[in-house]
Amino acid sequence: MNWDEATTAPSVVRLDGVGFRYGTGPEILSEVSLDLPPRSFHFLSGPSGAGKTTLIRLILLSVRPTSGELRLFGETTADLAGDRLTQFRRRMGVVFQDFRLLDHLTTYQNVALPLLVQGYEEATFRGEVVELLQWVGLGDRIGAMPPTLSGGEKQRAAIARALIARPELILADEPTGNVDPALARRLLHLFVELNRLGTSVILATHDVALMDQVEAGRLILLDGRLYHDP
Amino acid sequence: MTASVLPPRPDESELGPIGRGLQIVPNDGGAGWTLVAVIAALAFLAALAAGAAVQVASAAATWREAISHEATIQVKPDPGRDGEADLARAAELARETPGIRTARILSRDDAERLLEPWLGAGLDLSDLPVPRLIALELARDPKPDLSRLALRLKIDVPGSSLDDHSAWLSRLAAVTAGIVGFAISAVILVLGASAGAIGFATRGAVTGHRDVVEVLRLVGARDGFVAWLFAKRFARLGLLGGLIGSAAAAAALLGLALLSDNGASGGTGLIAALAPSPWTFAAMAAIAVADAAVAGAVAWTAVKRFLKVHR
Repeated sequence: MNWDEATTAPSVVRLDGVGFRYGTGPEILSEVSLDLPPRSFHFLSGPSGAGKTTLIRLILLSVRPTSGELRLFGETTADLAGDRLTQFRRRMGVVFQDFRLLDHLTTYQNVALPLLVQGYEEATFRGEVVELLQWVGLGDRIGAMPPTLSGGEKQRAAIARALIARPELILADEPTGNVDPALARRLLHLFVELNRLGTSVILATHDVALMDQVEAGRLILLDGRLYHDP
Repeated sequence: MTASVLPPRPDESELGPIGRGLQIVPNDGGAGWTLVAVIAALAFLAALAAGAAVQVASAAATWREAISHEATIQVKPDPGRDGEADLARAAELARETPGIRTARILSRDDAERLLEPWLGAGLDLSDLPVPRLIALELARDPKPDLSRLALRLKIDVPGSSLDDHSAWLSRLAAVTAGIVGFAISAVILVLGASAGAIGFATRGAVTGHRDVVEVLRLVGARDGFVAWLFAKRFARLGLLGGLIGSAAAAAALLGLALLSDNGASGGTGLIAALAPSPWTFAAMAAIAVADAAVAGAVAWTAVKRFLKVHR
């Protein structure tokens, strides 16, 4: 890592006193502050219902803070809309806890989707998508429809979809929750490798054994409040 | 990622279509066909109205063209004047007028025959003062100065009058404009109703596929791209419904024309003028294209509005 570059470049994610609630319901996130430098790797941990998914959705601009400020890549995200919002989203890759694969598309089409919606021609990404699918162990399932995939296969397809467009920031919500320990380690090393290549990673998990395998910052959510465990 | 540790390359024939052939938003099945049926029914009405408007306009143009090269001089009998001399003088004045090709004096028998539809056949009209007529054939170029001829007739042949059919033509123009205006209003209303149905269906489709829409946006699709996916689908449904409705209307019009032909022994005069022309079918096809355009535009707008609200 180029230290000067890392210290002078703007934060990838910066939250200042961010709060969030759905409608008039109770506050799910409260006074959350966070400053993640470029090329950083963080685990996001905490018990179920602590707000991990909500925090990821906030960073993904899927929901908006009800208080405080969220900055991404050094820019404010207040009142973002239209193409500008899309430009921010294109810099991020996300692995949803419930995969969110489109059931009427093949595994290959699902993984290629981010490139397809960005207007790339298939000829420019076909080989790359096939290679990535092979790498995550889905080389023999490229034509399969998601309903016929196992939980672990769906998870790997979702990870491949998040990685294919080479995002600057990867948000992964329990990406190893449905795979065996060997594959979980392999997928974790994929995230670590991507991080070494310059991608910032936020990986939500409550698998302590998994977190122990990598030297990385830990963010812990408890009752809607965020604690840092460096 | 090194190729050496990878398993053998998979069979890429399993990849499935991508790009243009890929249906990113799944089909709605029955709902889509219901919309096609509604659009087809509305397109049927719109195509009939458009076809009828073109028919009437085209028939009116044919009639206008036919009688714009004719005029008639009427000489009313006057006991104090020599009727035959007046006729001859009127015909002579007409022939002297540049742009009048021929001036043919209709015989008294011809004049009486023209009255038969009103008075009946077999009547002795020899004692009645039947007006005499001179049929004029007008040239296209140069156009005759009919107002000057009318003035000369008034001076030289009192009791004569020139009818250039302008009153009838202006009534024809007014009626034609009324019918065409009515048809255009009907087409606009029907397309508006189609737009309402398509807007309703689009909102249902985008709400029904909200999960797909959200994934598309989160993987980097612009709102315009998502709107385009729905617009393409609804334009296709609109075109299909429009084509079915227009084809049914064209078949109905052809059926009517065939029936009229049979009844009119070959279809001449009024019936011939009302026979569908290629322009009639072009107007009907335009309804199908308009349905597709309206469907695409409405779906685009509805999805963009939805995405703006649910950003």
